[in-house]
Amino acid sequence: MKAKVLIRPKEGILDPQGKAVERALPALGFEGVHEVRVGRLVELETDDPGQLDALCEKLLANPLIEDFEVELER
Amino acid sequence: MIGVIQFPGSCDERDAAAAAGRIGEARLVWHEETDLSGLDGIVVPGGFSYGDYLRAGAIARFSPAMEAVAHFAAEGRPVLGICNGFQVLCEAGLLPGALLPNEGLRFICRQVALVAEDFTGPFGTEVEAGSRLSIPIKHMSGRYFAPGEDLDRMESSGQVAFRYAPGENPNGSVRDIAGVTNEDGNVLGLMPHPEHAVDPLTGSDDGLVLFRALARAPQTAAA
Repeated sequence: MKAKVLIRPKEGILDPQGKAVERALPALGFEGVHEVRVGRLVELETDDPGQLDALCEKLLANPLIEDFEVELER
Repeated sequence: MIGVIQFPGSCDERDAAAAAGRIGEARLVWHEETDLSGLDGIVVPGGFSYGDYLRAGAIARFSPAMEAVAHFAAEGRPVLGICNGFQVLCEAGLLPGALLPNEGLRFICRQVALVAEDFTGPFGTEVEAGSRLSIPIKHMSGRYFAPGEDLDRMESSGQVAFRYAPGENPNGSVRDIAGVTNEDGNVLGLMPHPEHAVDPLTGSDDGLVLFRALARAPQTAAA
């Protein structure tokens, strides 16, 4: 089964990458964009979707600083 | 004998072994080695272990040598993590907190001033509280973070080891923290590189004190 794991910086944690992107946008003429946050997308195939949460907590994300969301493809 | 772990992608292991060698004997420990018998202390050195893939230190924590280091630390013996080594120890759960990309998003390489706190364990015994140390940093992800309630607990139990001197926080670390210990104080991690500050010829020998602490540390945790 295919799955996507979305990993994002936890709310309240400064994301300098997001800030840098946000600051760059007006220079290119894109006004009115706020609260940019940059995370990661991991795509994978697994025989056992039941283990996804555990493997996210152990390796793909660091729960202290990141939130993750698992999306299974049907 | 001090052991310095060598991961694929480590780059400061030889400097760390040379620094430890100024106090006593040192040898490199390849990341596939699991027998740490005969070693009195361990350095987890700086560099870019496993390419820093995913997050700095995230993959290295699963190497065979790190499992052995976790046992070594659990026995109360001294472990010093420097820069990438600090990141690895945090990812492994041997130290509290995490290291995030620098606030300014730049790789920073320069000398910084640190102030030693009154902290617990064999390293804290050797380093004089309130002393100022001049030690270089060179990192991209050195912004220390831990949740506020964890920090309060760490401060009250003497786990905050070093702070950047007032006005010198280079990376946005919470509460200016540059280095922390575990609860027992036998595991210390810091972003600055004491192994690059062991000779007055290169600007400072303030880093030597940590290698002295490593060599002198008692081999079991204090009761």
